[in-house]
Amino acid sequence: MTKTTLKSALAVAALFAGATVAQADESAQLVINGEIEMVTEAPAAAHLEGALTTVYSGWLFRDDATQAIQMDDFDNPGMLYVDQGAEMWATAEGTEGKSCADCHGDASESMVGVSATYPKWNEAAGEVRTVTMQVNDCRESRMGAEPYKYGGDDINALEAYIGFQSRGMPVNVAIDGPAAETWEQGRDLYYTRFGQLELSCASCHEQNYGNYIRADHLSQGQINGFPVYRLKNAGLVSVHNRFRGCIRDTRAETFAVGSPEFVALELYVSSRGNGLSIETPSVRQ
Amino acid sequence: MADNVTPRVRVPRDATAGEVITIKTLISHQMESGQRKDGDGNLIPRSIINRFVCDFNGQNVIDITMEPAISTNPYFEFQATVPESGTFSFTWYDDDGSVYTDSKDIAVG
Repeated sequence: MTKTTLKSALAVAALFAGATVAQADESAQLVINGEIEMVTEAPAAAHLEGALTTVYSGWLFRDDATQAIQMDDFDNPGMLYVDQGAEMWATAEGTEGKSCADCHGDASESMVGVSATYPKWNEAAGEVRTVTMQVNDCRESRMGAEPYKYGGDDINALEAYIGFQSRGMPVNVAIDGPAAETWEQGRDLYYTRFGQLELSCASCHEQNYGNYIRADHLSQGQINGFPVYRLKNAGLVSVHNRFRGCIRDTRAETFAVGSPEFVALELYVSSRGNGLSIETPSVRQ
Repeated sequence: MADNVTPRVRVPRDATAGEVITIKTLISHQMESGQRKDGDGNLIPRSIINRFVCDFNGQNVIDITMEPAISTNPYFEFQATVPESGTFSFTWYDDDGSVYTDSKDIAVG
C-alpha cells in the first residue's frame, strides 16, 4: 500500500469511527418564531420498554441550516401549503355544495388536537382511521365529492393545515381497546425484515439511530412532524409516501400508499412518538 | 398563469433613521426549469419567475435576474438602509407575463 492510499484509508476509518459515535445533539432547542417551545426529547412510552428509553424528534438529527428553517414560520416553505390547506378548508365542493368549514367551523378551534390522536379507532366504521381516511369519508358521504388521492398534493396540504392546529401538543395516540389488534399488526410490520437488504424499520431507526447510513444521519423515524416539507422534494411528503420510500430502499416490493398495512404501521410508529410535540409542518432534508 | 402563486414578505414595522434592516421574501412558484420531461418523454416547457425587484419610495433597492436553476418557491433575504418612513414595493415577473406585487410600509421614528 502506498503512502497516499494508506492515508486515505486511515481518513476513512477515522470518519467511520466518528460517525458511529455521533448522537443526536441533545442541547439543541426547537423554539418556533421565538415563542413556541417544542418537546423534541421525551421519555419513551411504556410499550417501548426494552426498545428505547428516550424518544427524539427527527429535527435533532438534521444539520443546523435545516433546523433553522423550521424555527421561523416565514422561512418554513411548509407554511405555504398550510395556507393552501386553509383555502381548501373553506372551499365548497361536491354535489352538496359544502366545505369543511360548513360543518366543522373554524379549524383553529375544531381541529385542535385532532392530529395528535390519529390514527384512531372509528367505532361506526369498525376500523382504525387516519386523518386522510376521515377526510375522504367526509368528502364522499357528506360533501358528495371525489375522495382525494391518498398521499397526493391536495390531501397533504389539507392535512398539513389540520396538523398545524395541533402544533406544540404532545402526540397521544391510543393503542389499547379496539385499536390494539391493528397496533400489533403495525408492530409486527415494524420488526419484519423486508427486501434484498433484509432491513426492518428497527434495523435503522431503533438499533442504529444517531449512526450514519452512508451520508444519512439516521433518526428514530418519528412521524410527529408529518406531513413534512422535504427539501429534496421541494414539497410535502405524507407518512405513507415516506414508508414506501424506506421500504423501496430495502429493495423490496412495497405496500401501497393508503393500504391497511401502512395504516397499521402509521398507528404503531405514531405511538412510538407519544410525548413528542406535533411539529407539522416540519422541515427535513 | 402558474398555479397557487402567493408572494410573502417580511419587513420590520419600524426602524430608526439610517438603520440597516433585514427583508425576507418568499413566493410560491413551481419554477419549472424547462429541462425536465413528463411521463411520456415530452419536454415540460420552462415556466419560471425571471426577475425580482424591490424598490423603496421609488428608488431601487435590489434588482435580480433569475435563472432556471433556482429551485421551487424562491426565497430572498437581503438588507437595506432606511433613511425615512416609506413603502417597500416588491415585484416578481413571470415568464408567462404575469406580474405579482406586494408592498410593506415602514415607519422611521
